Amino acid sequence: MDFDLGEAEKTFRDEVRAWLKANAPKSDAAESDQVKLISNRRAWQKKLYEAGYVGITWPKEYGGRGGDFMDQLIFNDEMIVAQAPDPINVIGLGMGGPVVITHGTEEQKKRYLPPLLSAEEIWCQGFSEPNAGSDLSGLQTRAEDKGDHYLVNGQKVWTTLAHIAKWCMLLTRERTEANPRHGLTYLLVDMESPGVEVRPLVQITGDAEFNEIFFKDVKVPKSQVLGEPGEGWAVAMTTLLHERGTLGMALATRAQITAAELAEHTRKLGRGSDPLVRQKVAQYTIEARALQLNGYRALTAMKRNGIPGPEGSILKLMWSELNQRMAETAVDVAGAAGQVGETSGWKYQFLRSRANTIEAGTSEVLRNILAERVLGLPRSR
Amino acid sequence: MDFAFSEEQEMLRRSTRDFLAKECGSKVVRKLMEQPDAYDPALWKKMAGLGWTSLGIPEQYGGAGTFLDLIVVLEECGRALLPGPFFATMGLAVPALIEAGTEAQKKEALGAIAEGKARATLAFTEPSGRWDASGVTLTAKPAAGGWRLDGVKQFVPDAEGADYMVVAARTRGEGEEGISLFLVKGRPKGMSVTQLQTLDMTRRWSEVRFDGVQVEGDALMGAADKGWAPLKRALEWGTASLCAEMVGGTQKVLEDSTEYAKTRQQFGKPIGIYQAVSHKLADMLVLSESGRSATYYAAWAVEADAPDRSLASSMAKAYVSDAYRKVAGDGIQVHGGIGFTWEHDMHLYFKRAKASEVTLGDATYHRELVAQSLDL
Repeated sequence: MDFDLGEAEKTFRDEVRAWLKANAPKSDAAESDQVKLISNRRAWQKKLYEAGYVGITWPKEYGGRGGDFMDQLIFNDEMIVAQAPDPINVIGLGMGGPVVITHGTEEQKKRYLPPLLSAEEIWCQGFSEPNAGSDLSGLQTRAEDKGDHYLVNGQKVWTTLAHIAKWCMLLTRERTEANPRHGLTYLLVDMESPGVEVRPLVQITGDAEFNEIFFKDVKVPKSQVLGEPGEGWAVAMTTLLHERGTLGMALATRAQITAAELAEHTRKLGRGSDPLVRQKVAQYTIEARALQLNGYRALTAMKRNGIPGPEGSILKLMWSELNQRMAETAVDVAGAAGQVGETSGWKYQFLRSRANTIEAGTSEVLRNILAERVLGLPRSR
Repeated sequence: MDFAFSEEQEMLRRSTRDFLAKECGSKVVRKLMEQPDAYDPALWKKMAGLGWTSLGIPEQYGGAGTFLDLIVVLEECGRALLPGPFFATMGLAVPALIEAGTEAQKKEALGAIAEGKARATLAFTEPSGRWDASGVTLTAKPAAGGWRLDGVKQFVPDAEGADYMVVAARTRGEGEEGISLFLVKGRPKGMSVTQLQTLDMTRRWSEVRFDGVQVEGDALMGAADKGWAPLKRALEWGTASLCAEMVGGTQKVLEDSTEYAKTRQQFGKPIGIYQAVSHKLADMLVLSESGRSATYYAAWAVEADAPDRSLASSMAKAYVSDAYRKVAGDGIQVHGGIGFTWEHDMHLYFKRAKASEVTLGDATYHRELVAQSLDL
């Protein structure tokens, strides 16, 4: 056990720290204009990419840095120090890229990865449907084999970033089989294709960050199948492991930043003299740190196995519930003032965080995963 | 960076677990906890023979093995609910000796402990139950070329059979100023030890009274009035050590409860199929794993003397205090009626969790320290 950095790692850390200090924009937690937020974060990712700090563990030939998980960890930690915003392409970086690297052909890797890294092409994830949420295998969006292409019809929902995305990771049903996990095909769909319609869904924040996507006779060339046709479930599971693992690591970073911002917010309001507030903020800080350390341990497992294990579900579960409590406390410590005005990013976060325990696997599904796949309890369904 | 124990340490864990399964099963724990000092000399001798009592002690004083090796063993001890003074000796007295002892004191006391010939403890808390410096009010005054100790120490772990006791005393001032440490050998005149009726019978606390106890000048550890700084470091070692024990206990409760939920049938199905039960176990897993992460980091920070060793140990103790108590309580709930019986071991863990929670400062105390580090 050793948490000290080696010489090369220290050099990398110092380089990242200096670069972030010179280049990182201020925290955008208080930015409530979604259009502005998106364009800022797009520009920020491009800047990160040009400096070689996006796709740190991805292979060099596809635009990545070719580094190891340790480099990623150092970079994440420096993002905390700098309290820097996330890049825009969170879905692509956390899931799209890793799943293409795992299941994609050489041509696919070359085609999709570089523009994903530079934020030229944004990715979204088309899994959930009105009648297939936690029970994903119940999905009904059809992909019909038309020889050189698939014809896609159906509807997806709760799709983050769909309104600005170029590519959608679309899970479709090609055949109906006795086991609903069989016969699924995983497609990468160009969101600019004819027949794709994106309708914004106004959420409880008043913003439209999620969308519904309608597919009407959308032609998808067969070169855009990821993995084997009919074997989409396996590709989807890799996606979800990354969603909760790789993304989980990013969330662990995010939790540290949010905890630090909450402490600062509390200090500014002069609420640090209240013993109950002190206890809460300290508790969140501790939990955020425990979450980060869990991430370090999960990383040790990833180093060994290459893909995140089901323990990654711990990260997402902890982060989502912690984030809700932090956002609520942030609003509370400001009293009535916490609920008025456009300048308070916390007001937005307070509402937005309610989705955290639903998106990317509800807390209930994640607890099932931990109970069944980590503890080995009998399956509940 | 590497967040895992070495292959050798994993081997040490396996052999420790095997040894404790054989030598310190539930029957032995129950027999020992009925005895006056919860101590078995034969078992202690075997533990010393395995080298446990030399872990973390510098080689020049007869030690062998690192603090992280000790952490591995302590985690297994907590899992087995090992009764007796192993934690008090290795987790409290040893670091106080290392941090504050004079060369002669280290040679003698650390040497005797490493050889398995002496047991030791730390007398810090008083009837106020406080773990900060201002809780120290027992006085030490220069007298007859040495010192005279007057006052009461309370909740002193495993004091009954301790051959050495590190005593925190006030030589002047208040707060962190003017604390001095003394190494008291055996039971000098005027010192009396009374066992308290403790909730956790596997770990005894005593009241230790000092009524004009005269000790020699060479009983003073390090410099007079300057005892807080080394004591604080010793408490960080102790806190990481206690957390390791607690993590071991938490893990055992989780495993036993999971096993029970897989086998116990109600409504024709194992109860673990019901989400009211399985989600409770999932939450216990999150608490157990997060406590483990926080504890291992704190242990490393202490061993490496990292700048955040104090903060890391406070974070670990705050988290693990709540986690162990919650998991042990939920463990009883998952077991249902059988978990509430004397015959079942669940209550032993529940009691150890509660006792460990307040030892070395509870979660509220450590959260306040974290709040201070945030400049709140």
